[in-house]
Amino acid sequence: MIQLEFVLLLAGLLFALSVAGIFINRKNVILLLMCIELMLLAVNFNFVAFARQLGDLDGQIFVFFIMTVAAAESAIGLAILVVLFRERRSINVDQLDTMKG
Amino acid sequence: MNEISSAALLAIVLAPLLAALAAGLAGRLIGRTGAHSITIAGVLTSFVLSVWVLKLMLVDGVPTFNDSVYTWLVSDGIRMEVGFLVDRLTVLMMVVVTFVSLCVHLYTIGYMHDDPGYQRFFSYISLFTFAMLMLVMSNNFLQLFFGWEAVGVVSYLLIGFWYTRPSAIFANLKAFLVNRVGDFGFVLGIAGIAYYTNSLDYTTVFGARDLIAVTTMTLFPGVEWQAITVVCLCLFVGAMGKSAQVPLHVWLPDSMEGPTPISALIHAATMVTAGIFMVARMSPLFELSEVALSTVLVIGATTAFFMGLLGLVNNDIKRVVAYSTLSQLGYMTVALGASAYGAAIFHLMTHAFFKALLFLAAGSVIIAMHHEQDMRKMGGLKKYLPITYWTCLIGSLALIGFPGTSGFFSKDALIEAVELSRTPGAGYAYWCVFLGVFITALYSFRLLFMTFHGPERFATAEHDHADADAHGREHGAAHGHDDSHGHGGHQDGPVTPHESPWVVTVPLILLAIPSLLIGWFSIGPTLFGGYFGEAIVVSENHAVLAEMGKEFEGPADFLMHALAHPPVLGVAVAWFLYIRRPDLPQKLATQFAVVYRLLCHKFYFDEIYQAVFAAGSRNVGKALWRVGDVALIDDVLVNGSARMVGWLASVVRRVQSGYLYHYAFAMIIGLSVMLAWFVLR
Repeated sequence: MIQLEFVLLLAGLLFALSVAGIFINRKNVILLLMCIELMLLAVNFNFVAFARQLGDLDGQIFVFFIMTVAAAESAIGLAILVVLFRERRSINVDQLDTMKG
Repeated sequence: MNEISSAALLAIVLAPLLAALAAGLAGRLIGRTGAHSITIAGVLTSFVLSVWVLKLMLVDGVPTFNDSVYTWLVSDGIRMEVGFLVDRLTVLMMVVVTFVSLCVHLYTIGYMHDDPGYQRFFSYISLFTFAMLMLVMSNNFLQLFFGWEAVGVVSYLLIGFWYTRPSAIFANLKAFLVNRVGDFGFVLGIAGIAYYTNSLDYTTVFGARDLIAVTTMTLFPGVEWQAITVVCLCLFVGAMGKSAQVPLHVWLPDSMEGPTPISALIHAATMVTAGIFMVARMSPLFELSEVALSTVLVIGATTAFFMGLLGLVNNDIKRVVAYSTLSQLGYMTVALGASAYGAAIFHLMTHAFFKALLFLAAGSVIIAMHHEQDMRKMGGLKKYLPITYWTCLIGSLALIGFPGTSGFFSKDALIEAVELSRTPGAGYAYWCVFLGVFITALYSFRLLFMTFHGPERFATAEHDHADADAHGREHGAAHGHDDSHGHGGHQDGPVTPHESPWVVTVPLILLAIPSLLIGWFSIGPTLFGGYFGEAIVVSENHAVLAEMGKEFEGPADFLMHALAHPPVLGVAVAWFLYIRRPDLPQKLATQFAVVYRLLCHKFYFDEIYQAVFAAGSRNVGKALWRVGDVALIDDVLVNGSARMVGWLASVVRRVQSGYLYHYAFAMIIGLSVMLAWFVLR
């Protein structure tokens, strides 16, 4: 059986990767969305790992919820992206600074 | 009946007030005739009752009336009341005030004939009579102050009676502001009295005078002053403002902007003598302070002489009389300083008659000349205005102290009192008043000769509106004014002067009688006969009048003193300069150009005040406005806080880069910090 530590380590790595992806990526909004997905997945790993460790199914049920919400979120995000692209002919993150104060 | 009823005194005071209210508030309702009838009835009531009170006191020997009729409030033991003190000093003032007021009321009917403010004018002068009576009849300092301020307000209203003229507004503002300076001192004096005696009542205060006499106060650290000196000086500052003594005299010549009846009533006969009356009333206090008396003496002497000089160069008929008023007020003040209070009041009384007469005569001339006041455009009016001429001559003779006239008795007695006085400064004062006699005669007869004798300059003089307005004292208020005399305007050519209607000449004659004769009856009692009794207190070592009284053997004998102060010399010089050699004054003016310019600019008092006080306070105001308002409040506080917010926002704005990853980064940093906080705590 795989030890808890490894799973947590993997989840932590995935999370760090996705955070780094969000910061370092300056080009593509789709990549940002993917990184957020990855972040959620990393969290899901934690849920699953702990659920197994503690023998409690609640954690696994949470994972379903999170995946559902994440799917919905991606769908909306992609829809926004399509509109955004139509509007500005670009999904370059560097150019999306209309919120600048 | 052996005492004065307070109802009669109330009637004396209230009759003019009610008349003033009726004429002022219901002026439209009662019309012109109604307004002058009701106010004249009010003043006549006061006059008749005043004469009755005088008769009671003189003939029946009724004692002094001193009682309160109404208590306004009591605060910390100080009673503030309305009350009357009617002694012989008061009753004299009452008769003089009401008599002159009555004459002026009558005269006004003619003078203001077609002025649109007819009812308002009558309301004001009746109100003035009320205020002046309150002032002189008061038995306490508070009511004195009330009357003092009330006459000031009416004076302000009347100087600016023709309120559409900027010069009138300037003049009444000036009068008001200069009087504020005096009143400031006056209030301080009253406050000092209330502080030291804890009372405002005359009798109590005078009773406690020995107590104040020994008190000292520290005005500046290390300098001990007699409290009485400080109080008296403060009170005298008030008198200086009201009675127009140097250096607070500047408002009086300018007050000639008001209609002529007002110049006669307020700015010559009654209100300006309030200061003299007040000091005489306060004689128990002033007697205790040598310093205060000496100050009074020197200031009075300076006013008497130097203001008289200004009368020599003025060409405006009313201003010449105004400067002579200043000079005569100086004479009265000198008498006060020399402790000859009786002489001061005596001169006040005679002066009230002849100066009111002179002003009304000047007004009559002004009517005849269609509101021309420049004496250079008159001349030869004698044959056109016989009544005015003769009354004006009587007034001038009384003014210069021609032997036998009332002015002679009062002024000569006054000068001798100064000669005998030992108050410090009396030597200077004596020379001032002595030379002043010559100056007075010179400018009075200069006026008389320029106006009534010599060639008829008005016939050739251009008499158009612009010119009249340039000199314009009486002009511009109402063109109805001009039409009223039946000459349809000035453009038609030279004017023909004509004698004024009877309402104008009757007051002149009424005033001419006492101007000529009153000295004969009153010199004995007022100066030497102890007429004033308890009303005036003179200490042993100042009793110059008593000293003179030892040698006094009736008015006829007093005439012999005329040889000592010949005003005739002044008349002769005036005759020589203005009738015999009319070219000489011009030559003298060019010869002594510096002196002439100094006099024409009234010793530069106005210029200095304008530059120092008026411009100074404007500059202070401007500085406060620039620094306090514009810089501090507007710039630093209001705009500053807005700028501060803007600056802060511009700094904080940099955080709002608009890049998603910045926001995400901030979120994650925040999250980590929060987690760290929860975990590591």
